Amino acid sequence: MESSRAIQVENLTKRFGEGEVVAVDHVSFEVKRGEIFGFLGPNGAGKTTTVRMLTGVIRADEGSASILGYKVGSLMAKQVVGVVPEMANAYPDLSGWNNLMLMAKLYGVPAREVQERGIALLRGLGLLGRKDHLARTYSKGMKQRLILSMALISEPEVLFLDEPTSGLDVQSARLIKDLLQNLNRQGKTIFLTTHDIEEASRLCTKVAIINQGKIVAIDAPEKLRVATSGMHSIEVSFDGSLNPEVLAKLPGVNAVKRLGDKYRLYTADPSELVISLVNYSCSNGLRIVSLNMLAPSLEDAFVALTEKESK
Amino acid sequence: MMVPSATTLQQAQRALAIARKDIRIYYSKGPVVIFGVLFPVFLFLSFTIGRDVSVDFMIPGLLGMILFFTATAISPIVAPWEAQARTLERLMSCPVRIETIILGDILASFAFGLFISLVPVILGLALGITVSNPFIFAAAIIVAALCFSSLGNVFSIPPTNQPATVNMIASVIKFPVVFISGIFISLDELPSWGQVIAYISPLTYFTDIARNSIQGQGHLPIAIDLLALLAFTAIFLLVAMKLHQRTMPRRI
Repeated sequence: MESSRAIQVENLTKRFGEGEVVAVDHVSFEVKRGEIFGFLGPNGAGKTTTVRMLTGVIRADEGSASILGYKVGSLMAKQVVGVVPEMANAYPDLSGWNNLMLMAKLYGVPAREVQERGIALLRGLGLLGRKDHLARTYSKGMKQRLILSMALISEPEVLFLDEPTSGLDVQSARLIKDLLQNLNRQGKTIFLTTHDIEEASRLCTKVAIINQGKIVAIDAPEKLRVATSGMHSIEVSFDGSLNPEVLAKLPGVNAVKRLGDKYRLYTADPSELVISLVNYSCSNGLRIVSLNMLAPSLEDAFVALTEKESK
Repeated sequence: MMVPSATTLQQAQRALAIARKDIRIYYSKGPVVIFGVLFPVFLFLSFTIGRDVSVDFMIPGLLGMILFFTATAISPIVAPWEAQARTLERLMSCPVRIETIILGDILASFAFGLFISLVPVILGLALGITVSNPFIFAAAIIVAALCFSSLGNVFSIPPTNQPATVNMIASVIKFPVVFISGIFISLDELPSWGQVIAYISPLTYFTDIARNSIQGQGHLPIAIDLLALLAFTAIFLLVAMKLHQRTMPRRI
């Protein structure tokens, strides 16, 4: 019977230097087939090191991992995945088409299918008109789309993308996100590392948050968001200025953040806080210009979880 | 889903794809080809002009130098270049063994060495040299090109991503090798201690075969020369394959 697990990771550990720097510390998780799994974390948290171990580029010091039942690093595991590494380049002195054909040969794509697949991919990613131009003449967004097409030429079951939309123009980023959603609808499993919380929130069916080499939370983005207690917030703006410390003293306020001409107040009891704010504005002769109740965002969950772990 | 099994034949095909990529990117450049021919020619001429040497003596030495320098020119810097250009990680995540990547790099250098070696051979034939046993002569060029390409790859084992550092390491070894390998002075004229040093250089054995084929006399029997070249090739290949497995992931 075919397992429902696409990726299984147990106690994966990687140390650098003489072993004193633990980049990834006994990380365990699993990704089900057909999931878009988001891997979030601050810089240096261990995201890229984890991806490199899973894609067989570097070896783990401890633990084990498998992809579709194949041990990571094995040729079979590499054969069934497509990879978009962080800051990777296509060969600048090869044309887009020749880059694609090189990958087709390295993945053993049957010759009779290569042309058709290659043209369809480049057309879908808006590169067909530039296919014979050297990759060095491509813009950053075009290069990233080319790298994505190189990862897809073998029609992999599992796709690893390390910061695929980082620093891209809006059009390229949207094209890539749409393509990922299409691929997921076709049943592909996608492992995505990203800094973009909004991207993870919209694309992923499950996210893991890694900090200082350790997984601090794994759940569906919505569950993770809701489970972060005390992170409801109210955004309010007044027609006059006031000291944020005054707002911090209102009952039920956990924290206050100034955002331009607005204040964001974090609370566990938003309805009680609305009443307090209205009372405060009336008694101090202030007029409320806008007031919005906000559910905790994935970004709030991310910040809360990574800060808690860092302390 | 049908997944192609990872047979040796498939890995060999993928090594050829890597070799073709290397040739397109690194070797098929006008300056690389011109430098590949001109540098050893000028170096050779600087040591032979003014000396009373025959064409029969010059051509084996020139061929040895050109083959040695061209086959070891680019192969040491492919891995650091690719690491620096951030293309190596993508390559390493493909379903290819590290040995396959190394073999591909060596095959590209081998093809380049063979191609450039045609220049002194054609020049020699135009100047009237005769080759006593063309088959052995051709076999020696093929084995030597593979041997020197493998040696070039050994130079890139240290996991630095600076091509200049690798070039420096390679130069420190390559230049002394040229002077101890019977290129400028035939082995028979070397003192016995000089001959002992010459035996540790693979270039010595190729130059000896070339002298044997063109001048009709060598220092060692051709069979010994060929066996020594094959042994050096096997050692360099083994060392390159084994040690790159350790150091290549450290380039990322």
